[in-house]
Amino acid sequence: MSKSLTNRLLLAKWWKLIAILLMIYTFAAGLLMPVPRLDILNETIRNAYFHVPMWFGMMLILLFSLIYSIKYLSTGNLRYDYVAIEAAKVGVLYGLLGLTTGMIWAQYTWGAWWNGDPKQNMAAIAMLMYLAYIVLRGSISDQDQRAKVSAVYNIFAFVALFPLLYIVPRLTDSLHPSNGGNQGFVAYDMDGWMRLVFYPAIIGWTFLGLWIASLNVRATYLEEGLDIEAN
Amino acid sequence: MSLFKETSTLLLKDLKLEFRQLYALSSLLLYAVSTCMVVYMAFVEMESLTWVTILWIILLFASLNGVAKSFSQEGKGRQYYYYYLASPLAIILSKIIYNCLLLLTISITTLLIYSLFLGNPVENMSLFMLSILLGATGFAVNFTLLAGIAAKADNNATLTAILGFPLIIPLLGMVIRISKNAALGVESLNTNKDLMMTGSMIAIAFVLSLVLFPYLWRS
Repeated sequence: MSKSLTNRLLLAKWWKLIAILLMIYTFAAGLLMPVPRLDILNETIRNAYFHVPMWFGMMLILLFSLIYSIKYLSTGNLRYDYVAIEAAKVGVLYGLLGLTTGMIWAQYTWGAWWNGDPKQNMAAIAMLMYLAYIVLRGSISDQDQRAKVSAVYNIFAFVALFPLLYIVPRLTDSLHPSNGGNQGFVAYDMDGWMRLVFYPAIIGWTFLGLWIASLNVRATYLEEGLDIEAN
Repeated sequence: MSLFKETSTLLLKDLKLEFRQLYALSSLLLYAVSTCMVVYMAFVEMESLTWVTILWIILLFASLNGVAKSFSQEGKGRQYYYYYLASPLAIILSKIIYNCLLLLTISITTLLIYSLFLGNPVENMSLFMLSILLGATGFAVNFTLLAGIAAKADNNATLTAILGFPLIIPLLGMVIRISKNAALGVESLNTNKDLMMTGSMIAIAFVLSLVLFPYLWRS
């Protein structure tokens, strides 16, 4: 019997090696390579390699979790549910790390820990949604019931994230670099050197997050007595 | 039975139950009156923007309380009975329509009582009523599915709030914006866009509820 794609990916080594190499590259190049000198930002522009990928990583990993929730609902295979929850947990971890690193940076650059910036608000709301997802799972003891109910909520919550991207920025102005005439690090403000580090950093952080999730999934397999080699 | 017939039968049953017991309606109205009274005692008079915001907070909590009981009111036995009789689509449709009617009644009555105590500074009343209509429908659609989820977790009151509040923030932000413009009588170019956006958010939540509820119901 051939192994399922999920199990093959859990066991595969290539993407974990890519994660390691890209992380080494991100830290070395991110701290050593030249960056453009911009007012206010100065050296903190290097945050683009550490703080910003948290958000990209969070969204990609939450998307991954969504895909596995849909897979669970269409097949009823509990293994998919384990992947969905572990990915969502790493998504929350990345969100919290992104908030923390952002808040430290904001304290020095904008002068306050919390500025009511749209991106901050959005991140906080997203965290509340996914923490509720974890609480919801904790409140149901029956395994199949829990998987089903939380998959339904996961899909509903992920879709609810999108109006946020459109609406929250309209409610208040942003202080973030590249918003409202601020200098910054997104696309057109980044020079070639930065992009050379920024995009690999996103892939590296995302793979690292998925690796953490995959280890937790394998731990769940062990707890449940499932054989990863079987299918 | 066709979907339409099933839905209307279930809806009529819910309405009849409500008219006989008057439980949800009377408790929510009393809730609205007492909250308005509390706000009145605390503020006595307020600016129009504060007026709008506090009204929406009252409506939010009243709606949550109203919808949270949708699925837990009826016992497990009767749920199984419906499971054999009706399609899940008919059940969620009838619940959403019923909750819409309930919340519209509650919202309009709350608005009347609130205006009685605290006056009504709204300049553009038709736009304001439109925002109330959108808000009530949006709350009903979003909270109905969440009430279904929370009912499965036997942990209703707190869980519905935890699940519901973050999800409702975008919609709430939009309707508050529209109704603030209406209250100040500001002609904004964005109003039409905002209305469309709110409408489409409600539509997405509605379609998603119809798609997802059958999975929830089957367990």
